[in-house]
Amino acid sequence: MSKFLAASIGRKFLMSITGLFLVAFIAVHLIINLMLIFDDSGELFNLAAHFMATNPVIKIMEPLLGLGFLIHILWSFYLEYQNWRARPVKYNKKDASTSSTWASRNMLVLGALVLVFLIIHIINFFWVIKFEPHTLDTVIIGGEEMEDTYTLVSNLFKGSVAYCIFYILGGLLLGFHLSHGFWSAFQTLGINNNHWMKRWHVLGYIYAVIVAVGFSVIPLYFLIKF
Amino acid sequence: MADKILKKLNIKVWRQKNAASKGKFETYTIENISTGSSFLEMMDILNNELIEKGIDPIAFDHDCREGICGTCSLYINGRPHGPDTEVTTCQLHMRKFKDGETITVEPWRAAAFPVIKDLVVDRTAFEKILQAGGFISVNTGGVPDANAIPVAYEDAEEAMDAAACIGCGACVAACKNSSAMLFVSAKVSHLAKLPQGKVEAKKRALNMVAKMDELGFGGCTNTGACEVECPKSISITNIARLNREYLGARLSK
Ligand code: HEM
Ligand code: SF4
Ligand code: FES
Repeated sequence: MSKFLAASIGRKFLMSITGLFLVAFIAVHLIINLMLIFDDSGELFNLAAHFMATNPVIKIMEPLLGLGFLIHILWSFYLEYQNWRARPVKYNKKDASTSSTWASRNMLVLGALVLVFLIIHIINFFWVIKFEPHTLDTVIIGGEEMEDTYTLVSNLFKGSVAYCIFYILGGLLLGFHLSHGFWSAFQTLGINNNHWMKRWHVLGYIYAVIVAVGFSVIPLYFLIKF
Repeated sequence: MADKILKKLNIKVWRQKNAASKGKFETYTIENISTGSSFLEMMDILNNELIEKGIDPIAFDHDCREGICGTCSLYINGRPHGPDTEVTTCQLHMRKFKDGETITVEPWRAAAFPVIKDLVVDRTAFEKILQAGGFISVNTGGVPDANAIPVAYEDAEEAMDAAACIGCGACVAACKNSSAMLFVSAKVSHLAKLPQGKVEAKKRALNMVAKMDELGFGGCTNTGACEVECPKSISITNIARLNREYLGARLSK
């Protein structure tokens, strides 16, 4: 195992597996979040949030997800450092844009910005829900008492234009990261050939646009409506 | 199309005495270069002028000058093999440049390709990777009958496409990580696609990748710059194949 991870392709394998795990998580996360804008009473989102908080499968996945994030992030810094070392003397004049996309060359920058977003995002919501639930109001939906997560989220967006913009930027950054990351993960796993090259690229762009638009439309909705 | 004359060009070029010395850029002016001459012919003319002035001529690699040997290199105006696609530096023509332009010429930059002198880098690392597995050692007997061993058309095509790699190293030079994955994947693919090469396919992928890592090339992040800058347009689908071969070989070991 350690020999596998010492090899360049093994190292990249771990990056792509954790990346795809995060891709799956982000899809679920987006579906749940979109309930914020389809029911202004907040019931739909509260029910979904409550389900996620209590479902045993999700409970098992939660630490795994944390681990996935941690490995993906720490590993990415380590790999980029190694790649940086492979060229001790840099070029004086570079014309990189003719041969590759900006996103593909700046995955660490994009990832690091996503990380900044992630930390503030966790402080905003996850931390409060997980460790300070007593500070939340409760609502009764269908006879069951649960935390009013909808109010926590909607108040943040209703009360601050700055936060709305910050969350819109977060969605866009993640979209850019995925515009390269999605197809790249399949290439790394070797699941690619002449036929699939185009397909993975198209699917990747579609997924990236859904993520970018999907996540930014939520704060935008609160910004415009309230 | 009649050739025009570029009245004046500034050539900003990397000068370095030997592997141990530090090196720096020098800018030389050259006049009246025909757009019909090749980039290396321009370099020859410049070198003649330097010799007449008593300056050490600029060292650069070249051999066949017809795009087949992979000896020429040069990172010109920010791109390996210069501002043209699907050509080696020796096939690059001066019509790609404008009068009065400053042309920046640098050696390939990679830890695994140390500079020997001026623009000449040591590409022995590629030979070492080939020695680690870029061959077949099964006995294939004498010249077999044509079609005695059937090979599917697509397989033959893909193998031949991969075999077009001339080992120039532009892929490494183009890559932001100085990764040699395109070269290694081409060398693994052109054998893995054919029956004679299949026998040792697993061992080959493992050994060549291990050697590539050991020599200090970076890892692939799939930017695709290598394919665009490769004079032979080797496809990065070969890299997917190498990943597949390597991961498969690791799993079955
Ligand atoms: C939070 C901080 C993050 C950092 C610092 C980060 C960093 C990176 C870096 C440096 C790469 C390698 C670039 C490359 O191979 O071209 C990468 C790849 C990738 N990332 Fe992230 N990332 C982060 C978050 C995410 C998230 C949230 C997702 C998914 C929704 C994600 C999905 C991917 C995918 C799919 C890849 C491609 C893997 C491959 O090429 O094999 N990343 N990331
Ligand atoms: S893959 Fe292309 S760029 Fe790389 S060594 Fe072979 S011919 Fe040169
Ligand atoms: S000198 Fe042989 S390929 Fe350029």
